[in-house]
Amino acid sequence: MTVFLLRRLMQAALVVLAMSVLVFIGVYAIGDPVEILISPDADQIERERAIQALGLDLPLWQQYLVFLVKAAQGDLGNSFVFNEPALQLILQRMPATLELAVGATFFALLVGLPLGLYAGLRPNSPVSKGIMAGSILGFSLPTFWVGLMLIMVFAVQLGWLPSTGRGETVEVLGMRWSFLTWDGIQHMIMPAFNLSLFKISLVIRLTRAGVRETMLMDYVKFARAKGLSPARVTFVHVFKNILIPVVTVVGLEFGGTIAFSVVTESVFAWPGMGKLIIDSINVLDRPVIVAYLMIIVLMFITINLIVDLTYSVLDPRVRLETRS
Amino acid sequence: MSTTTAPLGAAAPAAPKVETPFRRFVSEFASSRLALFGLVVITLIALVAIFAPWIAPQNPYDLAQLDIMDGRMEPGTVGGAGFTYWLGTDDQGRDMLSGIMYGLRISLSVGAGSAIIACLVGASLGMIAAYAGGRTDSLIMRLVDLQLSFPAILAALMILAFLGKGILNVVIALVIVEWAYYARTVRGSALVERRREYIEAAQCLALPTRRIIFRHLLPNCLPPLIVVATMQVARAIALEATLSFLGLGVPITEPSLGLLIANGYEYMLSGKYWISFYPGIALLITIVSINLVGDQLRDVLNPRLKK
Amino acid sequence: MNRWIRAAGLAAATAFAASGTAAAQNLTMAVGAPVTSLDPHYHQLSPNNAVADMIFDKLVNTDAQARLIPGLATEWRAVEPGLWEFKLRPGVRFHNGSEFTAEDVAFTFQRVPNVPNSPSSFAIYTRPIRGVEIVDSHTIRLRTDGPYPLMPMGLSNVRILDRETHQNATTEDFNSGKAAIGTGPWRVVSHRNGDRIEFERNDTYWGERPAFQRVDYRMITNDAARTAALLAGDVEFIDQVPTSDLAKLRRDQRVALSETTGLRIIYIGLDHLRTDASPFITDNDGKPIPRNPLKDLRVRRALSLAIDRQAIVSRVMEGAATPAGQFLPEGIYSHVPSLPAPRPDPEAAKKLLAEAGFPNGFRIQLNSPNDRYINDARIAQAVGQMWTRIGVRTAVEAQPWTTFVGRAGKQEFSAFLIGWGSNPEGSHPLRNLVATYDREKGWGASNRGRYSNPELDRMIEAALKEMDDAKREKLLQDAQRLAMEDVAIIPLHIQTNIWAMRRGLTHTPRADELTRAQDIRPAPAR
Repeated sequence: MTVFLLRRLMQAALVVLAMSVLVFIGVYAIGDPVEILISPDADQIERERAIQALGLDLPLWQQYLVFLVKAAQGDLGNSFVFNEPALQLILQRMPATLELAVGATFFALLVGLPLGLYAGLRPNSPVSKGIMAGSILGFSLPTFWVGLMLIMVFAVQLGWLPSTGRGETVEVLGMRWSFLTWDGIQHMIMPAFNLSLFKISLVIRLTRAGVRETMLMDYVKFARAKGLSPARVTFVHVFKNILIPVVTVVGLEFGGTIAFSVVTESVFAWPGMGKLIIDSINVLDRPVIVAYLMIIVLMFITINLIVDLTYSVLDPRVRLETRS
Repeated sequence: MSTTTAPLGAAAPAAPKVETPFRRFVSEFASSRLALFGLVVITLIALVAIFAPWIAPQNPYDLAQLDIMDGRMEPGTVGGAGFTYWLGTDDQGRDMLSGIMYGLRISLSVGAGSAIIACLVGASLGMIAAYAGGRTDSLIMRLVDLQLSFPAILAALMILAFLGKGILNVVIALVIVEWAYYARTVRGSALVERRREYIEAAQCLALPTRRIIFRHLLPNCLPPLIVVATMQVARAIALEATLSFLGLGVPITEPSLGLLIANGYEYMLSGKYWISFYPGIALLITIVSINLVGDQLRDVLNPRLKK
Repeated sequence: MNRWIRAAGLAAATAFAASGTAAAQNLTMAVGAPVTSLDPHYHQLSPNNAVADMIFDKLVNTDAQARLIPGLATEWRAVEPGLWEFKLRPGVRFHNGSEFTAEDVAFTFQRVPNVPNSPSSFAIYTRPIRGVEIVDSHTIRLRTDGPYPLMPMGLSNVRILDRETHQNATTEDFNSGKAAIGTGPWRVVSHRNGDRIEFERNDTYWGERPAFQRVDYRMITNDAARTAALLAGDVEFIDQVPTSDLAKLRRDQRVALSETTGLRIIYIGLDHLRTDASPFITDNDGKPIPRNPLKDLRVRRALSLAIDRQAIVSRVMEGAATPAGQFLPEGIYSHVPSLPAPRPDPEAAKKLLAEAGFPNGFRIQLNSPNDRYINDARIAQAVGQMWTRIGVRTAVEAQPWTTFVGRAGKQEFSAFLIGWGSNPEGSHPLRNLVATYDREKGWGASNRGRYSNPELDRMIEAALKEMDDAKREKLLQDAQRLAMEDVAIIPLHIQTNIWAMRRGLTHTPRADELTRAQDIRPAPAR
């Protein structure tokens, strides 16, 4: 187990390193941050000063070395745009995105699991077919479009929910959270739902597929034959088994949600990390992009680790790989 | 959608044919009317897409045929060129009907193309990872981690910067973004499958590795793969739309369905619904049909649902 | 709960109706571009400048029509050609009570070029100052190398800080709100980076007292979401109204618009650099043309004549622009009176092309950003249509500003659509856009097509040394006319700046695009 974890840790470090190299090359290929940040008024001398101030006058490999040396001391550099430590900027924005992602996952399981279970148990009923047809909508409609429609209907026409932004926040553990106030929850409903649309469909489909397969398994037949109540069969035997793929995918998707909440955050003016990264990409704020991606990679590695560990708990057939 | 008996066999009793696997597959597939319907629709859509240059009233990619004076016309208006815009026009005076026909071409080829390539790449790597284990597994799975954590937008921006804009580059971007999903899925189910008795039996028989992977392991990993694949086709098309929304998709003068929707999106608030609505409907029908077919495929191909 | 929300909304609406008489109240507004720093000297960027205008003051202010008016300086004059004198406003105090004096001005000029890590500093405005002399506590003299007529205009960009308060203040101190202390009409209450800034009225402001007690200044970058927030009543005021929503908002009884012609011109830049083949120009068979057709004035005039600017303004911009034939709009200093937007004449354009040796036209690619200017990619497509009709088959490639601007700056394009926000003075666009690229003089830094005309350079040089405003205006007008007749660039239109608000508010629209809370007031009761 320890060997397994150590090895994973080593791999994680390598991946993070690879990511930082990729971003350096990538940003360099995309364009010149100074061209974007500089005032149009600036003359040539001012442009040269800015290039120097941001450390972009060095050859790329030297810039990278400077970054590595500083990173080794825990300094990922200051944002070109905000002149604040990139890491601090991201951590400030993280709670907003985290609570949105948790909210979306919550929606997905709350709606997806029961519907999927129903569709799996009664595959031929018209309701099930309706559920399946509806689930297709979830991933065929572009997120930005659905987001605007939600705003149009629930904020502009009906006036039930606030249109955009994050509501009142409460400071807990030095971070601002909005799910602790009623105003904050109201602001969260639409963006969280918008973000969960795809996941709801995913959970419905996975659950249904899992249920249908599991129902034909010998142990389920045996359990039924033993005369266990249908509820017990469903919730103990079937449910436990289908949780494996659902856990995998929801786990994976949780990382994905955080990484890709960009569209939802920009439609709903949600001040999270996704908004920060798209703004940073637009102005090629390299320190923020690098720091953000390093954090996201670490998060994914952790999530995958947890998913693998959960696997081994839920399904003893899978054993953790320790051989070399 | 139970597949114990094939109703088609009853419908055509006259010629008792030999039951080949393909024929069994066809009859099982056809047992769902809905899926058949989906297949018909998707075929029709594909035909429209293929023959768009011959049946569309206008070539929406030829700037000389567009006129901004015909811009944002309501459905049914007769334009300056003398023909009726049945579905209205967009801001450039592009006939929406023609735009949708051409847009289907791009969306379908981008969606299907990227999904197929990503599936091939991802499934192979996932299978190798699961079967080989050890270093190979770690290497591939950390690559997956790297990929999954890389925002699609940044990947697309980079590819745009390296290769320039274009439909092929969008496909490449989508493949790079999506292969990891397939790899992760296939590896997950392959890890479970390879511990099963039948694989052990095959290994005991000293069958070649390739044969075990492709004949035994792969078919049993197919069901989740097909779920993911059909969703990824749809997702690829939707993602392409999102890239267009962010200004990173296909060239603006050759809009895909997604770009048409993204363009019209700005006009939704002002009531010019048709610019975004009709391409949206076309996108929806396409994706629903693909999924109807995909669902049935999954049921038919799933070895475990059979008795 | 819904009922409660509606009741609250109703109460707000009632409060609104009575706002003509009600004294203290709050304003919630949303802007489309994120404010990135509260340090007024860190990044020369419009959204930052707008907020800096709320917290700080400048020696010289500009009114809504971009004319210079007294700010912290009550009057200024050139004592002799190389020496400016500014009389400072007495009795002004910073938010923390510290008094404003000439020392503070001198300190500000010292700090401006020395802000660490600034991605775009304000040093360009203070660099001409060679020496600062404090005459008395409220008089300051600035020495320059030779005559420098643009000093007051340059200083209208520089916000004044306090020597005592800001001696060691870092950009981070400003962002946290700790050092965001100025003499301006608003005090900063809180700043949530990328989300919102909360202000409270400075009751001891020297100028006109702001109308609201508190202001919630939010950032909603998505256009549709911003409009929706206004319609839903979540915010009462928005800027950068998308043109696609104009028609609807004009019809909406709950909403009022405020608009004015801006100073931002949208134009097409052309490759003047290459005499041999230009990268994105080929003949009709796709083979490169050995000489650059754009070096031929007749071709440039044909391309300009092919464009129906009125059609672009009415169809693509939905009326929110003015067709342009020069850099500056009417009513601004050094606008050229008899230089209207060219009328479209495709026949004449075809004839010019034929005379230039291209009777069948050629192929060209028009590059454009797609996320920078209002409807940028749409305008490019419309231009593409019009050029194609005179035989210049045009491919349009739109890309995000991030990749576009670098390529444009490296002269990679043959023709490109781009914009420019001018100061209200002809030398500003002339010097930056069409003067010969010259590092020593600092000219042509944004001359991305590398146009070069020695005669034009001489005229600009003369104008920049002329201290007499009337004489300088004449020189600038002549120079602009020359640049336009030589089709150095192809001007398309000048944008109209539009804001939208709930009824019950009025706003003084600004030509410089800045969105500031002090320009918003309750509408007079009807």
